[in-house]
Amino acid sequence: MRYETVIGLEVHVELATDSKIFCSCSAHSYGAEPNDHVCPACCGMPGMLPVVNRRVVDFGMKAGMMLNCHINRVTTFDKKSYYYPDLPAAYQTTQWFAPVAVNGTVEIDTPAGKKAIRIKQIHMEEDAGKLVHDLREDTTHVDFNRTSVPLIEIVSQPDLSSAAEVEAYLERLKTLLRYARVAECEMAHGTMRCDVNLSIRPEGSTEYGVRTEMKNMNSIEAIKRAIEYETARHIDAVENGTEVLVQETRRWDDVKGKSYAMRTKETAGDYRYFPDPNVMPVVIDDEWYDSIADSLPELPEVKFERYTSEMGLGEYDAEQLTRSIALCECFESAVEVCGSAKDAANWVISEIMSILNTKGMTYDMLTVNGETLGRLIVLVRDGKVGRANARRILADMFDDATIDPEAYAEKMGFIVSNDTGLIESVVKAVVAADPASVAAYKGGREKALMALFGKCMKELRGNCDPQVLRVVLLAEIEKA
Amino acid sequence: MKIITAKTDCACEKRIALDDMILTSDMPTAAGSRMLDGYMSLFDAEVVTRLKEAGHCVSMKADVGEFAVDLMGETSYNGAPVASGVLVNAACETVKNGDAVAAISLDVNGAIRRGAAQSGLVCIKPTYGTVSRYGTIPAACSGECVSVTAGDVKTVADILSVIAGHDDKDGTSLPAEKCEAAGKVTAPVKRIGVIRALCEGVDADVQAKLDEFCAKAQAAGIEIVTFDGAALTAARAAWNVLMSAEVCNNVSRYDGVKYGYRAERFTNIDELYTNSRTEAFGDVLKSVILYGSETLSTENYMKVYDKSLRVRRIICEIFADLFEDADAVLMPAVGKMAYTEEDVKADKYMAFSENVYTAPASITGLPAVVAGGVQLVGPALSDAALLDAVARIG
Repeated sequence: MRYETVIGLEVHVELATDSKIFCSCSAHSYGAEPNDHVCPACCGMPGMLPVVNRRVVDFGMKAGMMLNCHINRVTTFDKKSYYYPDLPAAYQTTQWFAPVAVNGTVEIDTPAGKKAIRIKQIHMEEDAGKLVHDLREDTTHVDFNRTSVPLIEIVSQPDLSSAAEVEAYLERLKTLLRYARVAECEMAHGTMRCDVNLSIRPEGSTEYGVRTEMKNMNSIEAIKRAIEYETARHIDAVENGTEVLVQETRRWDDVKGKSYAMRTKETAGDYRYFPDPNVMPVVIDDEWYDSIADSLPELPEVKFERYTSEMGLGEYDAEQLTRSIALCECFESAVEVCGSAKDAANWVISEIMSILNTKGMTYDMLTVNGETLGRLIVLVRDGKVGRANARRILADMFDDATIDPEAYAEKMGFIVSNDTGLIESVVKAVVAADPASVAAYKGGREKALMALFGKCMKELRGNCDPQVLRVVLLAEIEKA
Repeated sequence: MKIITAKTDCACEKRIALDDMILTSDMPTAAGSRMLDGYMSLFDAEVVTRLKEAGHCVSMKADVGEFAVDLMGETSYNGAPVASGVLVNAACETVKNGDAVAAISLDVNGAIRRGAAQSGLVCIKPTYGTVSRYGTIPAACSGECVSVTAGDVKTVADILSVIAGHDDKDGTSLPAEKCEAAGKVTAPVKRIGVIRALCEGVDADVQAKLDEFCAKAQAAGIEIVTFDGAALTAARAAWNVLMSAEVCNNVSRYDGVKYGYRAERFTNIDELYTNSRTEAFGDVLKSVILYGSETLSTENYMKVYDKSLRVRRIICEIFADLFEDADAVLMPAVGKMAYTEEDVKADKYMAFSENVYTAPASITGLPAVVAGGVQLVGPALSDAALLDAVARIG
């Protein structure tokens, strides 16, 4: 018999707000000392009351809109109770009864064409802290830096049917949420985590089989392996009676390539949800709703279409640029200033992307201002700054976003000289000093010209129009 | 009778006692529980900050029952506050004895209103949201209010005006204009409706207080009418459900991990939780925790908890109807003028039946003023009007 895999995902995404969801502590503790970013509220001390961070609701709504969800205009927060040392108040504030967004869809590409994955809901909630086990001392420490960092949980319907579809779905979520600038979605950083619900059924059947859940998956590769393994295990159980499937939570061991049932104690429990009386229902009025709707970005495929058909870029260039909203924004504002899509695309793709790669930064981390880049491009095009020097200015712009290209070029002595007398004297000296290269070029070796050209450029510190230099140099070689 | 902490032996005109549900950074706050014995808060409650800024001397902590859910304070780990064989409320005692000019309490389940009624003091449980709960130990957050108790109406009104007002740190705090409205008499009380269903079965001395109040009110030109109000007695059961659920949830943070009591013997985290909580919590609180936990279970949520939320809405509607025909309603605050130690020994859950009188105002968040041994409940934001009425009645 042929089986189909039925998969639903619960994806936790950390929202990129500056502060936590119910207090003003910083939500970014990467590299911080344990318990540096805590206050009496987020470490669960009595007497502190939660005050909802409006930015979190902004981001929750934005995520909902990006995933074509209906936004609940009255959205409420609820308490979910359970004991764990990383949960300081022994309850998590989440959304159970009226989540911010419901009934959406995410379209993915599959070999059989487009497929719509239905979204059941998106709810906002607070993250828990972290336990740090010290094996030498046989103790466990708690770090509350992460408690109350805002999350959204995106719950899909069981519409996915393969590891490849899951991958496509997660990639699409990443793209949409990154484009909306609500989240980093980096599984390796833990800013995107995934629970996989999986069952199998005979192809064509509409009944669901016994479902198992694998929690806290944090790499797409591991998810794919886990799905393959679980599918095989379920089929084996059904076909060969190797085991009796039960609805349970399982832990995926990526090193061993196996899933294990968790102790029932870890999975059993009644979360005793109830409305949090300290958080008033959040009412989203038209003005608020519209301000978020108006701030939604153009989708990558729309940008791609516009770049290729209206702006005349090649498909490769358009594809590279649309990999990140930051690259797109930089490109688009550079075009506005310099007027050339081709030039702007070249600078973003060949210069900016490679600097980001070298620095180990993601494309979304780009801080270079597109307008400034546009002015730099104009300087190069007008022959006022040599390309090599322009690259140096650009590199410095990564460290200092306030750099003004004209003033900086002036300060650094990068303005191209129009002093033909200087160029001629440099060329004369170089040609006179290197008769071997001159002879080689005359003998037909093109490369020798480049060597002489390079020496001249170096003497001129790059501040020379390459076309002018070339003409003067060739003339001088003729004479020699 | 215990005053837990007296920081100074100050005898100034502006000394205030706090009950032990209100956090202070310079005095321990234990909420009447072994769990929080010696607990020092990192911050002051908003009401404490406001009092200090207004030049009051906040120098005294009065004991409460464990998380203030009991009758009078008898579940405190320090033992029941008793004077001459009769239960007393510690915060009320500080005022009665002249140790403080006023007491600030967190009214969770009416203990302070009962105390004030039995000691002949004036007490206001203001409209929910007009006084910040920031820095109060959370118990039943949807209904608990910071209240003021003093010997006379003027002192109560003065202290209330210091602590009331919008606070950004409390998400349930009402907007400034509403808080201000609660402090002004816009419509003086001209007609009071007596809730007959709640007056039935009270002791004769309580009935006498009610009669006396009505007579004085009429003498002051206030009309007295009678309402049946039988449905208001349902507030008690619903409030017990909501309160227990919230208390259960709010005290779950005390797990022996971060602060507070920790059991000496445990071999794993589950034992650490269980042993710490078993050893530190008292019996009545444990019952509340169990009851609350049960009402929130998946099985019971709709049947019990959600139904109680619906009862809350209905009680609000009933009050709204009553306030069409009267400016305030009168009800007892207690069923008897004194509780003996034997009473609570015979029925340690007496707080959860006796609160039939205090639950209607707790569950709705309506303002309630206790004076002359009885309780006047008014519409939302009628706080100043209620105080004005009892001042006129005298």
